[in-house]
Amino acid sequence: MQIDMQRFHAAFFDEMAEHLATMEESLLSLERSPDDHELLGSIFRAAHSIKGASGTFGFSQIAGFTHHLESLLDRMRDGQVRTGSDLVALLLRSADVLSVLLGAAKDGAPLPADLEEVVQALERAQGAANQAAEPPAAVEHHPVGHVPASREYQITFAPGADLLRHGMDPLLLLRDLAQLGELAAVSVDTTRVPHLADLVPDECYFAWTVRLKTDKPLEEVQGVFIFVEDSSQVTIQQESSTLQTTSQGDAPGRGDRPASASPSDARPVTQSAASDASPARTMPAKSRTSECSSIRVSVEKVDDLINLVGELVIAQSMINEVLGQLASDNLPTVQEALSAMNRSTRDLQERVMSVRMIPLASVFRRFPRLVHDLAADLGKQISVEISGEDTELDKQMTEQLGDPLTHLIRNAVDHGIELPADRLQAGKAAQGTIGLRAYHEGGNVVIEVSDNGRGLDRERIRQKAVALGLAAPDEQLNDEQVYSLIFAPGFSTAQRVTDVSGRGVGMDVVKRNLEALNGSVSIASTPGQGSTFRLRLPLTMAILDGLSVGLNGEIYILPLLSVVESFRPKSGDVKTVAGRGEVIVVRGKPVPMLRLHRAFHTAARAADPTQGLIVILEHQGKHLGLLVDELLGQMQVVMKSLEANYQKVEGLSGATILGDGQVAFILDVPGLARLARSTESGPAGPAECSHTQSLRQPETTEERQAVAIVGSPR
Amino acid sequence: MAGIADIDHAVGFATDSDQFLTFTIQGEEYGIEILRVQEIKGFSKIRPIPNAPAYVKGVMNLRGTVVPIVDLRARFGMCEAEYNQFTVIIVVSVGTRVVGLLVDAVSDVLNINRQQIEETPEMGSDTDTTFFCGMGKVGEKLVLLLNVDRLVGAERLEALEQVSA
Repeated sequence: MQIDMQRFHAAFFDEMAEHLATMEESLLSLERSPDDHELLGSIFRAAHSIKGASGTFGFSQIAGFTHHLESLLDRMRDGQVRTGSDLVALLLRSADVLSVLLGAAKDGAPLPADLEEVVQALERAQGAANQAAEPPAAVEHHPVGHVPASREYQITFAPGADLLRHGMDPLLLLRDLAQLGELAAVSVDTTRVPHLADLVPDECYFAWTVRLKTDKPLEEVQGVFIFVEDSSQVTIQQESSTLQTTSQGDAPGRGDRPASASPSDARPVTQSAASDASPARTMPAKSRTSECSSIRVSVEKVDDLINLVGELVIAQSMINEVLGQLASDNLPTVQEALSAMNRSTRDLQERVMSVRMIPLASVFRRFPRLVHDLAADLGKQISVEISGEDTELDKQMTEQLGDPLTHLIRNAVDHGIELPADRLQAGKAAQGTIGLRAYHEGGNVVIEVSDNGRGLDRERIRQKAVALGLAAPDEQLNDEQVYSLIFAPGFSTAQRVTDVSGRGVGMDVVKRNLEALNGSVSIASTPGQGSTFRLRLPLTMAILDGLSVGLNGEIYILPLLSVVESFRPKSGDVKTVAGRGEVIVVRGKPVPMLRLHRAFHTAARAADPTQGLIVILEHQGKHLGLLVDELLGQMQVVMKSLEANYQKVEGLSGATILGDGQVAFILDVPGLARLARSTESGPAGPAECSHTQSLRQPETTEERQAVAIVGSPR
Repeated sequence: MAGIADIDHAVGFATDSDQFLTFTIQGEEYGIEILRVQEIKGFSKIRPIPNAPAYVKGVMNLRGTVVPIVDLRARFGMCEAEYNQFTVIIVVSVGTRVVGLLVDAVSDVLNINRQQIEETPEMGSDTDTTFFCGMGKVGEKLVLLLNVDRLVGAERLEALEQVSA
């Protein structure tokens, strides 16, 4: 059993994190609208699920703590405790404690220091801490006020055998029932309790019959059983006022194995008990749409699917190609069928790709809390406006977006939004706004982080850049160029180092993180009005927008995002710098140049630069001119790993398969930049043009390295 | 090897022979454990990898997977041949990797009795025997048995050595 449980721990912690996130999110909304019962309900459900699941997995500390939290929430739900901002603060703090507790359970992190304190605060807030423990006390707590009962329900509740193992307490349910009205009769059926020798301690053998007088509608009574309806038999009958004592004679013989508690035998327990009653309403084991709308699938499975569909697409385009060369009478029919297949394959591919996509809400929803806390620390008033959180992005990318977005938002809180007094002085509302917006734009996802604060200080950035030697004092820079300076490593204009930001790390990390995701970031800012950081990301990492270039008849793909421009150099544009390789002069400025065929030791059709093309590439703000034979076009390619079966090749980031089934390599711009620094050695010899694969000298460093990995000659 | 054979005996499904796929390079017969072989493909277009050793001919597209191709002639230091309609790529799996081996022709599947497998004889310094794990005798024929792990994937080899040490 224990070992079995271990397997589910990962899923458990995932789920707990989700519940916790829901809870936090709802709590923040609750602060704005304290009377929203829907919100309280969702917080309660989250807490309840955490309690239940952690109980199941034996994390009694978490379950115990959540129990306190749940009790308070329950009181709030009943309206016995007023929702106020101090209470929300306490609940938020409890959520923090919970998350630390979960962390402690997950990887043995230290327990939260304020655990006891928070528990006590929760109990104080509840006002009646010691009364909450036992159900009878709870009944007393609801005095006769409820009694004018217009309806009577006959409820039979036969919990599934493993109810206790799911962390449920049937007594709590009875207590909940008691809160709805008056319990006229409660009887327990103990016929299923086996001999002591056969008794399994954590199985539930009891069943209850309850007569409830209440003015609440049937739905509310059913609501009590919402967490157990899948595993238990619950029958609720609404009766006329005829009083009738019911005792559970013989519950249907349940097997002594818990497996029998499957929903399939969730039939009404006692149909005969009330023949004169209105038709029995059995709560079916219905699926709760909100919780069953998603399933957990391992990423490998999805990747397999994507690979398979990718193969399908490739096979199909090969057929297409072959067919195009055939000539026959029934060709049009075949082509028609094929184009239909084309469409559905594309659709399929799109769908399968979308399995990997998750809504950005999963990252966005942590930020209201972050801003809430930071703003409180800094004495600022800030509201967060989120839109487009349904926009979907590749799972991996979504996860990696958390850090850069956190940096940007911390910056906006710290540097962007002014203190309330300053804002009022500037004629703005005391409360600032940070906007988080996501939307699609031409095959990309754009995420905007905006604030209506003071905006970037152009002059200060420029001065700082000059002081750091990033820009010449007399250099003419446009806004965009000035703003992009803040992405330089070590750049910070904050006058003081704060806890929040201003340590000079951050913006360069943001940029690097985004580049790793094949994305980019741009800035727009108006002094006094605020600034907007616009992140642009491809929908998925698996697909790359590429520019295909030709070299010696082979196709290479360049990531389009890195391409600045391309042109055919004139003679004299290429200059050799003694010992430092070649440069190409672009509009009067020298840019380091790399001849791709030389770096890769192959032949080139255009060894003479004036016969070929120079593609200017950008990497981390630096330019590199790459000499290739020709430009072929723009295409989207599916990234394939070279390392999976071979090894890393310097200058290549992977491979792809073209429409005709041929392999093409994807060039790695940082790698090319390294190659340009290391391999260029003086001017090319005349032998270069005849320098082919078979004639090249063996035993270069790269080759020795490859030998070491591919095999080991003695 | 002996350990595995013992276990096989103990468990009771010992067969005294292993199956090998045999192929020829320059008229010589070689064998490879059949369980290693994933598939056999005709020669298809190979895309050369920049800065790769000469025996790595390049990569090919195996239904969407990019698979490196090792030319065994070049690996054994023989002169390279023209590729023709008999040239065949044997796709083998080495750990998690998939690698294609380029050979002259595939010939047969042979059962070779364990007793008939002998250690590769030392053949002087100019012949590298690291790539072989033994020599099988089938009737009059001698088959050199390939050690795929040594041929491709040095890291895996190290891992194996650590386990056996």
